[in-house]
Amino acid sequence: MTAALSVEGVSHAYGTRRVLNDVSLTVPQGQFTAVLGLNGAGKTTLLSLITRLFDTQSGTISVLGYRIDRQPGEALRRLGVVFQARTLDMDLSVMENLLFHASLHGIGGREARRRATEALTDVDMADRARDKARNLSGGQMRRVEIARALLHAPRLLVLDEPTVGLDIASKLAIVTHVRALVRDRGVGVLWTTHLLDEIEPSDHLLVLHKGRSMARGIVSDVVATAGVDTLRAAFASLTEGAGEREAA
Amino acid sequence: MSDLTLDAPAPGFTIGQYLICLRGIMWREGLRFVHQREHFVSALVRPLVWLFIFAAGFRQILGVSIIPPYETYVLYEDYVTPGLIAMIQLFNGMQSSLSMVYDREMGNMRMLLVSPFPRWFLLISKLLASTTVSILQVFAFLIVATLWGVDLPPWAFLTVLPALVLVGLMLGALGMLLSSLIKQLENFAGVMNFVIFPMFFASSALYPLWLVQQSSPVVYFVCRLNPFTYGIELIRFSLYGKLNIVALIVVAVVTTVFTVGAILAYDPARGLLVRRGGGPA
Repeated sequence: MTAALSVEGVSHAYGTRRVLNDVSLTVPQGQFTAVLGLNGAGKTTLLSLITRLFDTQSGTISVLGYRIDRQPGEALRRLGVVFQARTLDMDLSVMENLLFHASLHGIGGREARRRATEALTDVDMADRARDKARNLSGGQMRRVEIARALLHAPRLLVLDEPTVGLDIASKLAIVTHVRALVRDRGVGVLWTTHLLDEIEPSDHLLVLHKGRSMARGIVSDVVATAGVDTLRAAFASLTEGAGEREAA
Repeated sequence: MSDLTLDAPAPGFTIGQYLICLRGIMWREGLRFVHQREHFVSALVRPLVWLFIFAAGFRQILGVSIIPPYETYVLYEDYVTPGLIAMIQLFNGMQSSLSMVYDREMGNMRMLLVSPFPRWFLLISKLLASTTVSILQVFAFLIVATLWGVDLPPWAFLTVLPALVLVGLMLGALGMLLSSLIKQLENFAGVMNFVIFPMFFASSALYPLWLVQQSSPVVYFVCRLNPFTYGIELIRFSLYGKLNIVALIVVAVVTTVFTVGAILAYDPARGLLVRRGGGPA
């Protein structure tokens, strides 16, 4: 089966500052893949490249087999995205935000409204459809953003540190919902984070540190290869090791 | 969990889907216009202040001789009206680009840019939307101006429409190009000063160019180079059912150049967003 997302040998620099160095990554369909890294590891840049906000300088990125540089339209319509920054239009209602997004994917009229209502029901936000986005809490906004990202039924969902700044209950609700999407709908998920407790042993993992890929594979394998017991210890040894090598 | 389907979409988009996207972008611009009533009010008050006060003062000082498209002596209010119409569109173009910078800072812009439709189509849709809003503002102004006594032919609302579309697109595209060059909102105030005021004053908005030429050949030369002058003249002639060919050509060429420039600036490969060397926009 074609991978939901395939990133091969991607490097990126802002001017002379290199922020991604030969990074490769695969998100299989129906799997949860986490990109783990500290702030400044290059996670957000990687997402900007996957969503074509920036052009790929070297390497290739494909969504469901469509190259983002050659067939951006086909790739983007199969991709749903939740950015780290809030991207709802605060002056519009929740429903208006969703309908606007649907139109940006060529979905209009009754179909758009039906999908928006279903997507809001999925995240328990149907009763807030008429509220202005600015009146929602942080966790509610995130849920609406996830609902919006799924309106066009993408096979790949990318989320950039979606739980940052949320309370424990909101965070749990979002993690649970996204994992259900993977399990029940077969959506491929790419989830960037710096929080170890959001990652499960059976997930796919990429450890990113200072723009370099330090480890890649199933979480339990990464931990075993590092010769430690926990992901925390594995992450520490992988990233500290990198620091020492750079220092040396 | 709902049954949002996961069927693979057919490749490419139909014309109907393009229209849905265009309508969505125009609808959002319309909602923004409705929600921000103070913008509408200030867009209307600004030219009316010029018309009610400035024009009243200037009426006795400035004599406007018979120059095309006028066939008789006209009052200063009549002369200044096309300039004020263009001013509405200039402010609207800049405000729309200001909102693009704001959207970029707030992150809303990303949702537009990750739409699967071609980038050029999205940007042109946005231009059409902001132009439509500017035309609504112009018509509101024209109604008040007519009631105030500005003398216009009865069909002026119709004949001026194509000119308003073209000039609206030109100034919207200029704003869009500027928005791609500006990194932060704070820098925008300077651009307003360096763009709006020089463009407005160094044009035929407030005084006929032959008067300018008599007092300063240099300023006259600058006015002749200013595309805004041609926008005003296009509007002025079309209000009276006439066509100023030179103005039409200049406005059409400048609109094309600005639009292509804006599309290139928002292209991820050549985009200035990246070239400036900053972090993710």
